[in-house]
Amino acid sequence: MEYIIGAFIKAFSLIFNLDQELIAIIILSFKVSGGALIIATFAGLPMGAMTGLKRFRGRGIIISILNTFMGLPPVVVGLFVYLILSRSGPLGFMALLYSPTAMIIAQCILAFPIVASLCHSAIISVDPIIKQASMALGATPLQVTATIVKEARYGIISGIMAALGRVMAEVGAILIVGGNIAGYTRVMTTTIALETDKGNFELALALGIILLTISLIINSALHLIQKKGMVEANRWV
Amino acid sequence: MGLRLTVSDIWKTYNGDAVLKGCSFPFDSSGIYVLMGPNGCGKSTFLRICCLLEEYDKGEINYFLDNNMLEKDIGLRRRISLVLPKIGVFNTTVYKNVEYGLKIRGMTGKETEEKVDRALDFVGLYHKKKHNALTLSSGEIQRLGIARAFVIEPEMLFLDEPTASIDQKNTEIIEDIILKMKREGRSIVVITTHDKSQAEKLADRILIMKNGSIIDTNS
Repeated sequence: MEYIIGAFIKAFSLIFNLDQELIAIIILSFKVSGGALIIATFAGLPMGAMTGLKRFRGRGIIISILNTFMGLPPVVVGLFVYLILSRSGPLGFMALLYSPTAMIIAQCILAFPIVASLCHSAIISVDPIIKQASMALGATPLQVTATIVKEARYGIISGIMAALGRVMAEVGAILIVGGNIAGYTRVMTTTIALETDKGNFELALALGIILLTISLIINSALHLIQKKGMVEANRWV
Repeated sequence: MGLRLTVSDIWKTYNGDAVLKGCSFPFDSSGIYVLMGPNGCGKSTFLRICCLLEEYDKGEINYFLDNNMLEKDIGLRRRISLVLPKIGVFNTTVYKNVEYGLKIRGMTGKETEEKVDRALDFVGLYHKKKHNALTLSSGEIQRLGIARAFVIEPEMLFLDEPTASIDQKNTEIIEDIILKMKREGRSIVVITTHDKSQAEKLADRILIMKNGSIIDTNS
């Protein structure tokens, strides 16, 4: 028990002393997950909007695939990206394996279906009368789409936050494609796994505490957004 | 001469049932036209078709300005407006709801602000301009719908059952707003209603929709 308490004390000391290694790992984690989330949002939001607003052949299949891929196992994504980026893979010539870029690609694949699928759900839940109302006021098709997306904003933000939660806590994919190289591809989750293996609990615990805090902040924000959306929805008369 | 609308032999079928069976009517002078008829007779469909928001199976809808026929494009759609029975409130402030029509036309600044304030004042919602529009009562929401359309100064305004789901007090307020518009006499207003006394109170011309066709009571 004593060594656990000792590890906690050292972990808090690392956090409060702003340990350089710790800070570097946190910054890289945000860069990788943030980058992946931005790309996934730019790709996922139009996809969600398209499946939510347009009727076209194959729409149902796309929605089913997106819903299925929301639960993609990270290690499978890691394996897939590894095969693509490995020296003998189709994109091996780009030499991206074991780089932050490879980690961003892997996390992007994990985040994209979450963003797209939850954006789709948010958009289809907007009252269809909004479309008619904006058209009746003289909106162009693009302005109608923008209006509907704006009305779905709380659901869309929830989807983006959920994707952020997923990629921040993910370890399987980035461990495979990033290689956990100190100072280059070592992020919070992979460091926790490595340091625990080595029996070096201080840094692992410090990162665990920070990761939990981030997760708590994301979930609290998600809860607040959903609550705000629900309160406003209940005001409909 | 302002904007005119000529509806000629419009047919519309839903799932094999003909709702409109050769509707024809010329809306050729400013004033209030009230279209009456029972539920499901096709009044709302007729209004949506006139407003270029719905396709029709057969017939012709033509808008004229100074005897020139207008293209059915976004330019024409921005000269007319429709207030739906359920107006579709945007989840933002009352002010921004009313500003919407001007904003999508690229209008901003002081003049826009004045127009929005005037429209809100016109329907008696100025004091609620900063409230979220979803917090309004059903009568206020209906007035908001009229303000949203009024602010863009449409040359032809369609009001679909504007008092169908609101109390007597708000009905009277909306009737007063419509009568104020009538006094200004700038545009053609087409209203649908079930209420005969309301039709008589507001209308310059009363039209009846029966068996999918329009009957002009003045003829």
